[in-house]
Amino acid sequence: MADVALHPNRVQATKATRRRNGLHNALRRKSTVAFLMTLPLILLVAAFVIYPAFYSLHLATLNKSMTKFIGLGNFEFLFKRDTFWLVVKQSCIFAISAVIFKALIGFIVAHFVHNVPANKQRRWRGMLLVPWVIPPAMSTLAWLWLFDPSYSAFNYTLSFFGIGPIPWTGDANWARFSVILVNVWYGAPFFMIMYLAALKSVPEQLYEAAAIDGANWWQRIWYVTLPMMRNIIAITTLFSLIVTFANFDIVRILTAGGPLDHTHIFATWAFRIGIEGSDIPLGASVSLFMVPILAVAAIFILRDISKRGNEA
Amino acid sequence: MSAITIDKAGPSRKVKYGSISRDRAWALRWSYFFLVLFAIFSLTPPLYMLITSLKSSAEISAATNPWWVYHPTLENYIGLLTSNQFLRFFWNSAWVSIFVVTITMLISVPAAFALARMKFWGSATLATGVFLTYLIPDTLLFIPLFKMFVLIGDWTGIQLINRWYVLLFIYPTLTVPFCTWIMIGYFASIPKELDEAAIIDGASWFQTLTRIFIPVALPGLIAATIFAFTVSWAQFLYPLVFTTSTDQLVLPVGIITTLIKGDVFNWGQIMTGALLGAAPPLIIYAFLMDYYIAGLTAGATKG
Amino acid sequence: MAEVSLRKVVKRYDEVEAVRGIDLDIADHEFVVLVGPSGCGKSTTLRMIAGLEDISDGDITIGGDIVNDVPPKDRDIAMVFQNYALYPHMTVAENMSFGLRLKHYPKAEIKSRVTEAARMLDITDLIDRKPKQLSGGQRQRVAMGRAIVRNPKVFLFDEPLSNLDAKLRVQMRIEIKKVHQKVRTTTVYVTHDQVEAMTLADRVVVMNHGRIEQIGAPNELYHKPATRFVASFIGSPAMNFVPCRLEDVGGRLHVRLTDRLAFPLPPARAARYQAVPRTDKLLLGIRPEHIAEARPHLHPGVEPFDAVLDVTEPMGMETLVYFTLEGAQICGRVNPNAGAQDGAPLRLAVDLNNMHLLNEVTGVVL
Repeated sequence: MADVALHPNRVQATKATRRRNGLHNALRRKSTVAFLMTLPLILLVAAFVIYPAFYSLHLATLNKSMTKFIGLGNFEFLFKRDTFWLVVKQSCIFAISAVIFKALIGFIVAHFVHNVPANKQRRWRGMLLVPWVIPPAMSTLAWLWLFDPSYSAFNYTLSFFGIGPIPWTGDANWARFSVILVNVWYGAPFFMIMYLAALKSVPEQLYEAAAIDGANWWQRIWYVTLPMMRNIIAITTLFSLIVTFANFDIVRILTAGGPLDHTHIFATWAFRIGIEGSDIPLGASVSLFMVPILAVAAIFILRDISKRGNEA
Repeated sequence: MSAITIDKAGPSRKVKYGSISRDRAWALRWSYFFLVLFAIFSLTPPLYMLITSLKSSAEISAATNPWWVYHPTLENYIGLLTSNQFLRFFWNSAWVSIFVVTITMLISVPAAFALARMKFWGSATLATGVFLTYLIPDTLLFIPLFKMFVLIGDWTGIQLINRWYVLLFIYPTLTVPFCTWIMIGYFASIPKELDEAAIIDGASWFQTLTRIFIPVALPGLIAATIFAFTVSWAQFLYPLVFTTSTDQLVLPVGIITTLIKGDVFNWGQIMTGALLGAAPPLIIYAFLMDYYIAGLTAGATKG
Repeated sequence: MAEVSLRKVVKRYDEVEAVRGIDLDIADHEFVVLVGPSGCGKSTTLRMIAGLEDISDGDITIGGDIVNDVPPKDRDIAMVFQNYALYPHMTVAENMSFGLRLKHYPKAEIKSRVTEAARMLDITDLIDRKPKQLSGGQRQRVAMGRAIVRNPKVFLFDEPLSNLDAKLRVQMRIEIKKVHQKVRTTTVYVTHDQVEAMTLADRVVVMNHGRIEQIGAPNELYHKPATRFVASFIGSPAMNFVPCRLEDVGGRLHVRLTDRLAFPLPPARAARYQAVPRTDKLLLGIRPEHIAEARPHLHPGVEPFDAVLDVTEPMGMETLVYFTLEGAQICGRVNPNAGAQDGAPLRLAVDLNNMHLLNEVTGVVL
């Protein structure tokens, strides 16, 4: 690795005249120092991110006791199981609907916060971001208690309106709704805060110019706000898609995949199979199914980020 | 002639102006109305934690109005804060977080400085790579990492599984890429002339970093530190996978695995534990909100 | 001893040559200004002297030592940047003393140097403030103070006044000149503003496209420009150029501008241009102050002509008049009482004793 990094200096050395040796040394010192400063980072990423990522590919081709290479056998096995397809379906429903609602709610709330006088924005922003600050494992416990089959505080309240009792985590569809609800509760503030930052970066003159041109409230959002925020909306949405798709804490604590595996998503199912069920290769195979969608989202994010860089 | 035009323009203008300010007043009222709704939605779970934590087990099972505390008691807090087990979880969490923050800063600050300022072969690719690493979720890596550490234990005899300090190797994969990324952004926003001035003043690269860059980018450093701390404190999957003995657990896993015994949920204690577990990030957030938000938005806005 | 010499200095960025072989000798105590349009290589040259850019070819010496491979901190130079580059987290005093503290100077010496520099720059009251609390002019003074306390061999200024408003710029210009008169440190100063160059420099170096066009004292450049670039770059409003050719009429050398307009050359000029081929395409270069309203009694060599003014610009002490000649816009400076009006005819006179004749193709002043 070190040799590779030093290579350009060798090229320079051949180009440079001999009497410039001192400069060459200084240059090499600088890039060597720079390389050494990034070395811990490189080692960390190589050992604990890149290596395990590829190791996971290898693991996925082994049998349960990890003694035999079985090629794509794990995948064949998965494709034949109904639970797998249930997990695929639920992962997509979960991630897509949660992200859409997070994005919408975040956008709307950001506008409301932006509407109130500047000196009061801080307080509202502070309150509304609280769900994002609490560790999700802790806040999901509160939701679990709010959803409790016998003591649900929600059902208590709803009973005054003649509704319920609702089986929040007991019924498959309600459980699906509940995990999405908790995820939206947890993630919407992130969108809100990103949009608020973007809203503040739109110059006030643009709105004034649009107003003078006769644009109404809706047209101002459509023709000024959205185009100015497009990039940040894209990045935030894609980023949230990755995080939501790979979610573990909320589903694990709220339903642990139940009832009857109906709320399992890739991460929780991989944990159930790989760690709890001790079938590491099969668990690795399940988690690998996250890769394609993560890769696509990552490529788009990278494109948008570099676009931002070019604009700046 | 001119008098007539003024007469005509006067009232119509007034009406128009009045309608605009009335529109604004209504928009403001609606904004407040919805903000209150969203605030209730946001704050219900933490408030409910607090309410439940002040109730005795008897009151909880009495099925009275769940939103009200009739006989407030601190018995849950006393119970947890005098329980060696709970304190053990708390300290495990605290030590892991403090160590991880230190390790993260030691790795990411020099790396960010090198990547932002000392261009070398592959530095641009590496910066992009750092960002990509940040996008790889924990749920993709926990199985191979677990197996890796099992194998390391088998080969070297150094048993890392089921030791809290194994987390010190793993958490940095979550914190270092993001911290490096936002520190690159903060360092890159420092004008080039500032390090040139420092170089001419006779500062070495190391002195430029410690005496110019770190002080100037201190807000970014604080934001990165907060991020690293909250991530380490909140992490749930890795400790769930890597630690099992009760004396090795960190707080989130500890609460869930020990306070939930089979089907018996001691909700008063669980909510108290959850609230205490949520307290450190909330306290940091309360005092350093601006840095917290700066770190949150830096990923996308500083790129 | 701190003269600075550049020998055939070249800077290449990949395929582009930003500086294409510069030779320059700067004497001890001298104040030299590098001036030119943006992208002419003046800043690159300065940064190579500072050691912030490596040189691709050639040698740079400071005080007689070749410093090509010497890192900036060992060159004993100080630099003032366009955006001041003050350390935002340090007070004024800490900013000024940073270099000395890095070199572990005794505390007492640091203090006395900082106090002295602050007194010289009139910033003693600001010594404990942070840069954020200072105005642009004050920051500029601190940046200079930081250079002065180092007591270096050479001062380098990189467009130090560009971020100031016009009024402050004039004030700081005088300030810089005063400081230089006191400390007498060899100074290399880069600017794109020819007025700054003229007012500050002992010698001005005019650069264009990575090369030196001309080196000379300010008045020399103004009155004896070597090339069309220098002639047009120095002076404001810029020198007028009119296509022309030489012609012999009745045994006297004339410069013919249009079919109807030709002026006889004064004897001194006629002798100088006698050898120029009559067929060459030439440019008549004449500064605006040498085109004025025609007076009843004209000096020898001052020739009257009629023009229809396009635009007039009253400046108070004079009025600038613009008219067109052979497609070229010409500017003249007339007395405000001469009766110049937009669109009106006016009898003007051109002072050919101060004319320049240029080869249109090569741009060389003949």
